[in-house]
Amino acid sequence: MDLADLYRDVIVDHNRRPRNFGRLAPASHSAEGNNPLCGDTLHVFLEMKDDIIHDIRFEGAGCAISTASASLMSEAVKGRSRAEVADLFGSVHRMLTRHDAEADPGLGKLAALSGVREFPMRVKCASLCWHTLNAALAGNGAPVSTE
Amino acid sequence: MAAVRDTHDVFDVLRVREDFPILARLVNGHPLAYLDNAASAQQPAAVIDAVAAYARSHHANVHRGVHTLSQEATALYEAAREKARRFVNAASTTEIIFLRGTTEAVNLVAQAHGRPLLKPGDEIVVSWLEHHSNIVPWQLLCEQTGAVLRVVPIDRRGVVDFDRYLAMLGPRTRIVALAHVSNALGTVLPIRAYLDAARERGITTLVDGAQAVPHLSVDVQALGCDFYAFSGHKMYAPTGIGVLYGRERVLEAMTPWQGGGDMILSVSFDGTTYNHLPHRFEAGTPNIGGAIGLGAAIDYLGAIGMGRIGHHEQQLLAYATARLGDIPDLAFVGTAPEKSSLVSFTIEGVHPHDLGTVLDSEGVAVRTGHHCAMPVMEYFGVPATTRASFGLYNTRAEIDALREALLHAIRMLR
Repeated sequence: MDLADLYRDVIVDHNRRPRNFGRLAPASHSAEGNNPLCGDTLHVFLEMKDDIIHDIRFEGAGCAISTASASLMSEAVKGRSRAEVADLFGSVHRMLTRHDAEADPGLGKLAALSGVREFPMRVKCASLCWHTLNAALAGNGAPVSTE
Repeated sequence: MAAVRDTHDVFDVLRVREDFPILARLVNGHPLAYLDNAASAQQPAAVIDAVAAYARSHHANVHRGVHTLSQEATALYEAAREKARRFVNAASTTEIIFLRGTTEAVNLVAQAHGRPLLKPGDEIVVSWLEHHSNIVPWQLLCEQTGAVLRVVPIDRRGVVDFDRYLAMLGPRTRIVALAHVSNALGTVLPIRAYLDAARERGITTLVDGAQAVPHLSVDVQALGCDFYAFSGHKMYAPTGIGVLYGRERVLEAMTPWQGGGDMILSVSFDGTTYNHLPHRFEAGTPNIGGAIGLGAAIDYLGAIGMGRIGHHEQQLLAYATARLGDIPDLAFVGTAPEKSSLVSFTIEGVHPHDLGTVLDSEGVAVRTGHHCAMPVMEYFGVPATTRASFGLYNTRAEIDALREALLHAIRMLR
């Protein structure tokens, strides 16, 4: 277990200066997510145009892993279609949960989160934003939970 | 209450540590600094050995067989009950009910005492400091009966407002349920005054003593409460065993909670006769080994002396408060004048869960999160805190290790 593998420079940087932090008003899609275990809450706001995420913002209070993951996600999904986001989520999920996962070059900067899988208690921190994004895209408005 | 006695005798913490095998292990390459005792404390060899000896040599079901092992198991189980009686100075072992823990005890009182008693509009009073286990069973009871849960406020130090409490006790108040010591903040309630006020008004009282019994000596007769609940695993015994003390007169008036074996005298399809106290409330085969382990833990604490344990822990609390207090941007949550040996805190710009992970990498075990006391977190406007809670085997060196790990986490994450 190597702490430096969890808190890589990219993670610490995105926690200190989260990108796309704030609200979109009006937003075409939004959702709230929370992690009851640690009390983290997250709001994701989307501006969809022709099935493409034209713009994204998030806000909330969470740990460094949760904040950095949301920040990295916001950069990664901007300009992508729903189908591309679904593929990306699949890759992120494999990276976070499977020790035998091959590094997917399509992950780009998101690969900085690969150290999280060595810390099982923290996987939910990294995945909360993705579940919340999915809920926003599904558009049913129900809050999601990691539990 | 926390009487500090015998302090002229030397409390040798290094010798105490040798009694706890787990303290010798390494965690992530570092000596373990176990500072999560308020969540669950470690067991001394005396407890581990007592449970193992029972399983190796004496196990059988209790109160049933005439054979030797059943008699031995019954004798050991009932001896543990007598130890628990002496531990809280109950008048009789008929007032000592073995349960899974404090949570089950509160649920039992809510359902077996509260449910037949309460009418719509009756009131149950708790404090803002309560653990979820002393909130949710009452909320369930309110849903079932139409009773109303009232909450005594706290101040910014985490002290319960006694005047507001007095004002809240009214003609409809039926039950007062209070934590003796707050698990999230460490606040020690001057419980005697709270119980006196309730008793004068004929209100049933329950004390959640889970966080009190590891640190101070408790005398239920002196307190004058109707119920006092505590858990074994917070006081160096195994999980899955706890005690509900209930005043005999109150227990006698209660209907059984769960039905099954051991809680009956006779069963027929025409009707069933319930067993005497305390067995009436111990349906099914109990956690025999756990009760024996709890008895061993009580012996262990008694041999050291609660006064000396409390004194040692208060010194640790003072040391931790001083050593952590000068860390920039560290804010203590819970600063009551009388506290048990724990510090709960936040550090500006560093989330508790990140702290918890960094500390763990250096062998320091703390609790991070809402501590099953979300109303307390809400009051202080924080989603979570980091809590370091000290037990009889902790040392100043471990608090130094905590401080170093916190400084490291701040350098790394901020």
